[in-house]
Amino acid sequence: MSIPLTSVAHAAGPPAGSAAERVSELQARIHGMQRDRWDAGGRPVSGVLAGLLPDGILRTGVVYTVDNSTSLIMAAVAAATADGGWGAVVGLPDFGAEAAIGYGIDLERLVLVPSPADQWLAVTAALVDVLPVVVVHPARAVGDAEAARLGARLRQSGCTLIVAGAWPQSEAALRVTDTRWDGLGAGHGYLAGRDLAVHVTGRNGSGRRRSTLVHLPDAAAAAAGIRQPGES
Amino acid sequence: MNRERTIVLWCPDWPVLAARSATDLPADGPMALIEHGMVFACSIEARRQGVRRGLTVREAQFRCTDLVVLPYDPALDRRAFDPVLDGLEDITPGVAVLRPGTCAIRARGPVRYYGSEDAAARAMLDYLHGAGLPEARAGIADGPFAAEQAARREGFPSRARAVDPRGALPERLDRVHIVPPGESAAFLAPLPVSAVAEAGLGTLLARLGVHTLGQLAALPAQDVHRRFGAAAAQAHARAAGREHEEVVPRTPTPVFDRGQEFEPALDRIDQLAFALRSTADTFVQTLREQTLVCTAVSILVSTEDGLLTERTWRHPRWFTASDLIDRVRWQLQGEGRADSGLAAGVVRVVFSPDRVDAVANHEDGLWGTGPDERIHHALTRVQGLVGHAGVVTAAIGGGRMLADRQVWVPWGDDGAGLPTGGPGGADRPWSGSLGGLLPATVYRERHPVALVTDDGRSLRVDDRGALDGEPARFSPPRSIEGSTGGPPSPVVAWAGPWPVRERWWDPMAGRTVQRVQIVEETGGAWLLALDDDGWRAEARYD
Repeated sequence: MSIPLTSVAHAAGPPAGSAAERVSELQARIHGMQRDRWDAGGRPVSGVLAGLLPDGILRTGVVYTVDNSTSLIMAAVAAATADGGWGAVVGLPDFGAEAAIGYGIDLERLVLVPSPADQWLAVTAALVDVLPVVVVHPARAVGDAEAARLGARLRQSGCTLIVAGAWPQSEAALRVTDTRWDGLGAGHGYLAGRDLAVHVTGRNGSGRRRSTLVHLPDAAAAAAGIRQPGES
Repeated sequence: MNRERTIVLWCPDWPVLAARSATDLPADGPMALIEHGMVFACSIEARRQGVRRGLTVREAQFRCTDLVVLPYDPALDRRAFDPVLDGLEDITPGVAVLRPGTCAIRARGPVRYYGSEDAAARAMLDYLHGAGLPEARAGIADGPFAAEQAARREGFPSRARAVDPRGALPERLDRVHIVPPGESAAFLAPLPVSAVAEAGLGTLLARLGVHTLGQLAALPAQDVHRRFGAAAAQAHARAAGREHEEVVPRTPTPVFDRGQEFEPALDRIDQLAFALRSTADTFVQTLREQTLVCTAVSILVSTEDGLLTERTWRHPRWFTASDLIDRVRWQLQGEGRADSGLAAGVVRVVFSPDRVDAVANHEDGLWGTGPDERIHHALTRVQGLVGHAGVVTAAIGGGRMLADRQVWVPWGDDGAGLPTGGPGGADRPWSGSLGGLLPATVYRERHPVALVTDDGRSLRVDDRGALDGEPARFSPPRSIEGSTGGPPSPVVAWAGPWPVRERWWDPMAGRTVQRVQIVEETGGAWLLALDDDGWRAEARYD
């Protein structure tokens, strides 16, 4: 019986015609073993964020900054907790919990620390150890050293930190530059949806800068059957 | 028949005594307790004026115009009787509660100790007398039923004096009635049937010509059982002095309360936390020995200036010693920080379990309960930093204004009592609540804004519910970070006003609010509300 032998031979190497492919594959494996920088894992996202985040992936163990839009923060938290994880929001006393339901966030698994005052960094550090996603509004500017220490904890625990404000080192910085609203006229109608122009800056400000247009509420989320609480 | 000799102690009008002790009413006024609109119990003063059990409230008040009427509370009855029992158990073991106000004791032990049945009963009555129950009586007979009837037989003092030939004897002896061994049946024979049978059966027996217990006991037991059922058979056995009940002593409830006194008083939280550690450990350990865990605890703190604070804390799992210390800390420091001093020194702290549960319901699974436990520990740590109410989960409740609908529940408290369901629930049709897109930022504090027309006049809503001009410029609140705060920006789109009228029947809580949605030229969208104090930002779509 020679069948096992042939099958082993096939598994051991592809036909000789693709020697170049084989070389590149082996090189990739060597790089994988010798890599000198840490590469974040992450999860592919759909909907609004897919067009905004680099590669359409919400990475774990990194920091994203979202400058001026609570809605985008909610979309990111919803994406990170979609598989039943917990989330936390630190330092945002005006966080609209009812709107969060509309983005698909389960309020039972969302912890709020509305007013941590000067303890906000300690609170954040305690939470990033156990929760997959933490949103923080920094009460003051953060130094590089503090950011690096927190970054190390993030990488260790695999938590995604979303900063509502400025942060020294971030995987991507999202900023809404323009908003066009639907549904509201001069004295009639009501706010129904919007087009956001979002400016995305890549890692450490050195990455690619681009502007993307997205529509909220998210058509993909609406199609997935997530209830918009305002609709009855 | 070898029925066990039993002592029954009876405090007449116990519900009235219990209610008086709880309400600080004068001890000699006429008073009645009401259940289902009928007099359930009344004081002797009320009885003298013709108030009887079973009267309607109106009839009772007609007979006795200065009658104090209170609702009957069975729980209060039992609670008030507990300290009496504790005291009785100090002088004789094995006390069984027949009902609040009446208890039975096996006679054998006390009789041997005190020398005679009379002496034993007198010792117990002496105690009750000292405990503020001078009306208490004792009866001794074969079995608890006969003994209770013996205790009650003396009747009320007026009647007792009339029928009792031994008027010269001390009054205390008057209150003990001893039925000699074997004579229970003869003692019970003249009593009316209603002493053993409930109303329906009693009426039936009376119609059949059976009026006294003696007549009932004379019927053949088997026939009574066959004709009237099991309840009547039991009544028959009692009437014949052959009851089957035995005195089953109550098991004293173990006391889990643990407290500690501080002399001199402690005025720093960290000292207190350190000193309380062993008390908290004992508290948890004592419960553990009974295979119990505490899921809600009341903490009582007394301070030097005579202040007493009590607060009940719940726990999502169960309290460990360090959790208890945390709760004391939070209770004392309130919203302050851990290093702040206390206003007055603490002289005493008591832990009292409010709710306990079998430890089996709270065991970890074989492989632990995984991530939730880790999350709970982390959140408890954060609570240590920012205080108990600083870590919350949000729930959506009922209401018209957006901020009213968001309810914060501190981590560890259960959400019971929230208006999330039922008549005040979030899914009820709240007329006037906001439709369409929901804003992502809902302001909990008041942020005043300016909304003006082209000629700089602040907008108002007229009596017909319309704006008295077109909104032209909007100044966002300066206090909100991220808003431009600078010069007013033009309004490009708006809609409203949408009125919200709440509680118009209540002048204190009622409010009328007009809501307007606007979009600035810069793209910002706001939900504004106009009330008596002017425009404010209710929420922002960002």
